[in-house]
Amino acid sequence: MDQQNISLLHFPTDKKARITCIDGGHGFQRKLQVMGIREGQEIKIVSRQPFRGPLTIKVCGSQMTLGRGMARKILVEEIQ
Amino acid sequence: MKKIVLMGNPNVGKSVVFSRLTGANVIASNYPGTTVDFSKGKMRIEGKRVEIIDAPGTYSLEPANKAEEVALKMLDEADVAINIVNATNLERNLYLTLELLERDKPVIIALNLWDETKHLGIHIDEKELEKLLGVPVVSTVALTGEGIKTLVSRIKKAKSNPDIKPTSEEGRWIAIGSITKKVEHVEHRHHSLRDRISDLTIRPVTGLPIAVGILLLAFWVVRFIGENLIGYMFEPLFEDLYRPVVTEMSNWLGPGFIHTLLIGEYGVEINFVESMGMLTTGLFVPIAMVLPYIIAFYFILSILEDTGYMPRLATLVDNIFHKLGMHGHGIVPMFLGLGCNVPGALSTRTLETRKQRFISATLLAIAVPCMAQMAMVFGILGPYGVYYIGLVFLTLAILYVIMGLIMNKFIKGESPEIFLEIPPYRRPSFKAIFKKTWMRVRWFLKEAIPFLFLGVLIINILYAVGFLQWLGTALSPIMEGLFGLPGDASIALVIGFIRKDLAVGMLLPLGMNAMQLVIAATMLTIYFPCIATFAVLVKELGVKDMIKSAAIMASTAVIVGTILRIILLGV
Repeated sequence: MDQQNISLLHFPTDKKARITCIDGGHGFQRKLQVMGIREGQEIKIVSRQPFRGPLTIKVCGSQMTLGRGMARKILVEEIQ
Repeated sequence: MKKIVLMGNPNVGKSVVFSRLTGANVIASNYPGTTVDFSKGKMRIEGKRVEIIDAPGTYSLEPANKAEEVALKMLDEADVAINIVNATNLERNLYLTLELLERDKPVIIALNLWDETKHLGIHIDEKELEKLLGVPVVSTVALTGEGIKTLVSRIKKAKSNPDIKPTSEEGRWIAIGSITKKVEHVEHRHHSLRDRISDLTIRPVTGLPIAVGILLLAFWVVRFIGENLIGYMFEPLFEDLYRPVVTEMSNWLGPGFIHTLLIGEYGVEINFVESMGMLTTGLFVPIAMVLPYIIAFYFILSILEDTGYMPRLATLVDNIFHKLGMHGHGIVPMFLGLGCNVPGALSTRTLETRKQRFISATLLAIAVPCMAQMAMVFGILGPYGVYYIGLVFLTLAILYVIMGLIMNKFIKGESPEIFLEIPPYRRPSFKAIFKKTWMRVRWFLKEAIPFLFLGVLIINILYAVGFLQWLGTALSPIMEGLFGLPGDASIALVIGFIRKDLAVGMLLPLGMNAMQLVIAATMLTIYFPCIATFAVLVKELGVKDMIKSAAIMASTAVIVGTILRIILLGV
């Protein structure tokens, strides 16, 4: 299975990944960056809420909850 | 006088440092966005008086919401910035630090939450960090006070670093990367019990049942503490100790307007709820009916806040709140509003857009009863049974959802997705919980008693000039025709604008049946917020939006009142 550059939204829970790219406008990228979500960072999905609810992720030493629309724009690759 | 501002990411402990420095008490919790406005306090540094400003947290100097705008304004006013940094999350926190240092303002850094780095296996070389940043760095544990003295003694050494020039975002991250590489070393740690509890409470399969359990338990504990405080403490206090005193005073005063104003009608037995005297109803309602629930509620709320459960709850309910035009963080204004709508309305500032704030504030005013209102509902419907109390709350809950759905459809603007930091769980300190509960209780007493006195005064004057009697008669066709209530119930609605809990004494003497009381109590919650909340809402929403919001409140009250009448009274 190709685990390169897949959207965080479709990445399995509890597996380690690295952020390869963040799609979206400048403002959006900045908003994520100041929270520590940027290229090269390790990231892990802690939980997914049902019915298209938000994801909770672990990144840069802390956890945060973000909506699926935002998660879709974060591209990751699996870390072996 | 020199001004020193506390700047830092949300939830790093700025308000705790502020309390430590100034001795002034501000509310601190374990979730981002507790502080939405600034507080000012004074302290002495080497004999000189300085002003300390506690600002809301911000992730960067480009504000993303109203609270962050406040932070930026405070920074511009200040001469020196104490940058509070979360030592367990150095990398992310340094972004704001670099932005601050680019501004040429003297900075001193407090590496707070220092104790937690040890549990997490994080080692930071603070001397090296100080050298690299070129400004003083002090490690602190604000909760225990560790390092605060050193921080104070080094404030005068705060300086700017001319070597740090404004750069791009990319440039800052590169600089941060090279700094953390040199000063920070992280050991790998295994999943602790705390992590496991965190996972359990945020994963839907386990998290949702736990949330329901916690909320039911919280509600039960609040009622349990509240009822027992009333039954075993406050009522005996008033009935056994205070009643003889007022009765004596009543005899001494004799009939007249002063007697009516202070105690109530002369010659009848004093009824603390209905007498409408300043020293009877004016004291009994806030102290013996509302205060016990206030104490109980804020005690439980403080525990929920300080453990760090609120952001997890926000995550679990995000889905529902998104359909109501907000996102999960909308639960914070709602929760705070259950204590008092005023802090609830203020906390809408943490929501990003006008649409979200409008919906959240309007729903707060319509469908979130404050403790004073709830105490009133318990007081008037309690004797008839839990079923009737349940009817009021069920109506309000359904209303919250329906009005949210409707407003989400028709209010223009965006409602962005949730983006919220989840802090680690912390064991709440009982000292902090009691202190916080006491601060809020004291605030309630300071707010409530003057307004109740004022309310009683106004009622008595309006009765004396015959206005309220006239109003009751004038509105009687509407009240009876639409809502099946006696005309005089309109008086309670008018008085409810001053303080909702005062209206209970106006409703009881009207001889309504339980269903009528349900309608009256529900309408009293919906139709308008109390004057204190109203003032805050005007400030937060602006006059134009507030007029819209008020129109929604009033029309909702009329519609719901009519529907309830049809369902409950069957006519």
